[in-house]
Amino acid sequence: MALLAVKGLKVRVKEREILRGLTLTVNEGEIHAIMGPNGSGKSTLSHVIAGKPGYEVTDGQIVFKGEDLLKMDPEERVAKGVFLAFQYPVEIPGVAIMTFLRTALNAQRKARGESEFTTPDFLKKVREVSKSLNIPQDMLKRGVNVGFSGGEKKRNEVLQMALFEPSLCILDEMDSGLDIDALRIAADCVNALRSPGRAMVVITHYQRLLNCIVPDVVHVMSKGRVVKSGGKELALELEASGYANFRGRGLAVLRIFR
Amino acid sequence: MTLALANTNPECPARDVFTAALGRLPGAGAVAYARARAFDAFERAGLPHQRLEEWTCTDLRVLMRAVLPLAPLPDVAALVRAKAAVAQTALEGAAKLVLVDGVFAPDLSDLAAFGEGVDVKTVPEFLEYPAGADLLITFATDPMISLNAAMVTDGVVVTLGDGVALSPPIQIIHVATQALSSAFTRSHLKLGKSAQATLVESFVAADGASAYQVHDAVIAQIGEGANLSHLRVVADAADATNISSRIMTVHEKATVSSFNMTYGGTVTRYQGFITLAGARSELSINCVNLLNDTQHGDTTLVIDHAAPRCTSEGNFRCVVDDRGHSVFQGRIIAKAQKSQGTMMTRALLLSDEAKADNKPDLQIFADDVTCGHAATSGALDDSLLFYLRARGLPEKEAQALLIQAFLGEAIEEIADAGLREFVSARVARWLETRR
Repeated sequence: MALLAVKGLKVRVKEREILRGLTLTVNEGEIHAIMGPNGSGKSTLSHVIAGKPGYEVTDGQIVFKGEDLLKMDPEERVAKGVFLAFQYPVEIPGVAIMTFLRTALNAQRKARGESEFTTPDFLKKVREVSKSLNIPQDMLKRGVNVGFSGGEKKRNEVLQMALFEPSLCILDEMDSGLDIDALRIAADCVNALRSPGRAMVVITHYQRLLNCIVPDVVHVMSKGRVVKSGGKELALELEASGYANFRGRGLAVLRIFR
Repeated sequence: MTLALANTNPECPARDVFTAALGRLPGAGAVAYARARAFDAFERAGLPHQRLEEWTCTDLRVLMRAVLPLAPLPDVAALVRAKAAVAQTALEGAAKLVLVDGVFAPDLSDLAAFGEGVDVKTVPEFLEYPAGADLLITFATDPMISLNAAMVTDGVVVTLGDGVALSPPIQIIHVATQALSSAFTRSHLKLGKSAQATLVESFVAADGASAYQVHDAVIAQIGEGANLSHLRVVADAADATNISSRIMTVHEKATVSSFNMTYGGTVTRYQGFITLAGARSELSINCVNLLNDTQHGDTTLVIDHAAPRCTSEGNFRCVVDDRGHSVFQGRIIAKAQKSQGTMMTRALLLSDEAKADNKPDLQIFADDVTCGHAATSGALDDSLLFYLRARGLPEKEAQALLIQAFLGEAIEEIADAGLREFVSARVARWLETRR
């Protein structure tokens, strides 16, 4: 059975339809890239999978590990193993990052019926993980994302990903706001977390990120649907020809490609 | 207009309460005369109402309606219940001064903990002195201060000599044990030159106390170069009323840092009149209101920069849920040159029916001052809430974390780690009850 199966998903925000029958299947251990022009619904898809309020699902379903994800609160989805790395991680002044990590980690463990981490165990775990990801310790002494550079914010997301050990990671435009070096560092962190039991959905505009995080499958989204899927070479193709072929006509485009 | 006057409740006028209490009110001669005059002043004004600018958001004729009769003298059973309440609220290491239903309780207090250079007397003792009546007179005028002066039964007068640094915090604990009655207390704190002290005030209810009224006043003189840390925590019973005034004079180069937290009581008013009377004195004053249900919490501060080069910094935060109503009025009067004053007020509203009136206000009479104020109000940020939920925090827990962060900015101003912990623990407990 697929880890994640999105079937015929239709989503609207206020009166506007954003996803128009999207279908996507992700198996354990696979890396999927979702590319597409602005406004094609990539971020909406990631938000709907994570359970962000404000989206109305009018049709279709999302099945994760055999369970209906759409019936769960965002925090339940996290406990089941879904993790969304935000495009723009928010700053939370006044909440120390260590307090945040510990509260989050223990909330997830509690939801799964596991014992909560004690302070020394937690500290040890954070130290280990941050070391393996080359995250400087002084970054952990601040408020959540407060005063972080774009690169630091993304690395903080990856740190959480490593700590929470999800089985599905959705990386929403991880490359936005990053320079080339920061992108390389963040991508290295992500690659360090690749494992046979963990699938990733990498949402991006640019092929550049996919040089660093090499996908198994590439999907092209346009107007709320996946209009083409292929291997990693599809991304290269797009880099050369742009999205122009996909804009506007949606399904007609498919015929050209075939 | 006549309607509002009729609301003073002619069936149970305050004068009857005053007359009935006369036999118990300490002091004769000049003291009795000062009480009678104070009561006349109160009676002329009546309970403050919304047409008075200072009370515009807190109409006591509606919210309080009547002055309740004095609580009976605490008996043995009351003292036993009070003792249990004191144990719950005592700050570790503090020298306690306990007032039960407006009567000093020596057996629950730590009089022996005050060492050399510190003088502690009760109000009845002090009123025996030739100048005892001075205790009842303040520079600030307000009907509720007058009522307090007329009716005060007890309190403590703490005096620190020049250069005395008192290491244990002084904790004045007000415990109510009765229902439908009131306590009138007034305390004095005098710090000599370069003296140092920490004053904690706690208002709590013992088991069985309900619908009572607390009428308190503290008058403080902070001597030249002296240093006062002040914490005040209102944790009264959910149906209690607490009307408190703080009248403080800060002399040259003295520093005062004050923190007030109100989370108990159905109607509370905390009014502070602070005069920076000596040049280069410094005041940091922070307040937090945590209100839910139908609680009405009013904090009103008047900070008078009467001497040059003084600084005052105020941070006010309120968190209001259900149909709670938080009021903050803060006035900086900059009379002297080179005054620096700021007042920042922020309200966090957790429900559609929660209400906050934030009214910072500047009156500037000098031409070389730096003063500022700001007021914001809003709900919890949805994007922050979602971020936390997307990391596994249940909604209430996510809210609690954000509320703590919102309050943190004010709480972090408390320099003393012990006091900060005392406040944080109470905030955590309040958040716990929301879940």
